[in-house]
Amino acid sequence: MYAWIWRRLPGEWPTKTATALGLVIAVAAVFWYMIFPWLEPKLQFDHGVVDRPTPTSSTIPG
Amino acid sequence: MRTIIRGLGELCITAGLIVMLFVTYELWGTGRYTQAQQTRLGDELQKDWRKVTTERVKLGKGLATIRIPRFGKDYNYVIIEGVDREDLRKGPGHYPGTALPGQVGNFVVSGHRTTYSAPFNRLGELDRGDKILIDTRDTQYVYQVTDRAIVKPSATEVTAPVPRHPKRKPTKRMITLTTCHPKYSAAKRMIIFGELASTLPRVAKT
Repeated sequence: MYAWIWRRLPGEWPTKTATALGLVIAVAAVFWYMIFPWLEPKLQFDHGVVDRPTPTSSTIPG
Repeated sequence: MRTIIRGLGELCITAGLIVMLFVTYELWGTGRYTQAQQTRLGDELQKDWRKVTTERVKLGKGLATIRIPRFGKDYNYVIIEGVDREDLRKGPGHYPGTALPGQVGNFVVSGHRTTYSAPFNRLGELDRGDKILIDTRDTQYVYQVTDRAIVKPSATEVTAPVPRHPKRKPTKRMITLTTCHPKYSAAKRMIIFGELASTLPRVAKT
């Protein structure tokens, strides 16, 4: 997969390295700023509160 | 065949790197968010305290600050009114409806033990007699730790006005801190109980 991408990057190796680095940073940024914030509440493993005393709402994660 | 195996290997390595990045995000990235919110809420609180008002604190706003000398003199968090997910991301949260600092009843505060700057990470190190300082507009309330317990997440009686005795009428001024236990788990809750020991005028920050 990566070899295939590498072959398709334009230019000589310095240009290729720079483009590859840029791609890696872009992908990491998408994960960090978009995917992780969305994923984090769904996987939350750190619940600090006891269940609400009111019967209307069940577990509130914290 | 070889291409497929190589592709699979590359996918696994990529997945591993992404998981590592996610762990960094959980343990460090989320803390950065909390720090930024704490700075903002802290400034807001200082500004509010200079004004004269009798308005009640709104959900999601700063209510008081908490300091625990055992955790060092830099340990200082703004307590947010509310314990919803968004509130607890900003810092420790006060259960709406439970007593306010210094009132008769139970002042209940919940916080993250890990992630989001982990304000209550070291709660397990507290001993009986350790001080919990709660600063409000005019007053500093000095609570002293009286007990610690590990309970099930369903043990709501710890937040009762008389902790663990939901039916009784409160006469004491209590504080209860809750966080998750063990670390990185949601299986149980660690609870710290304390009682008001003294009340001092708040010393304004210079």
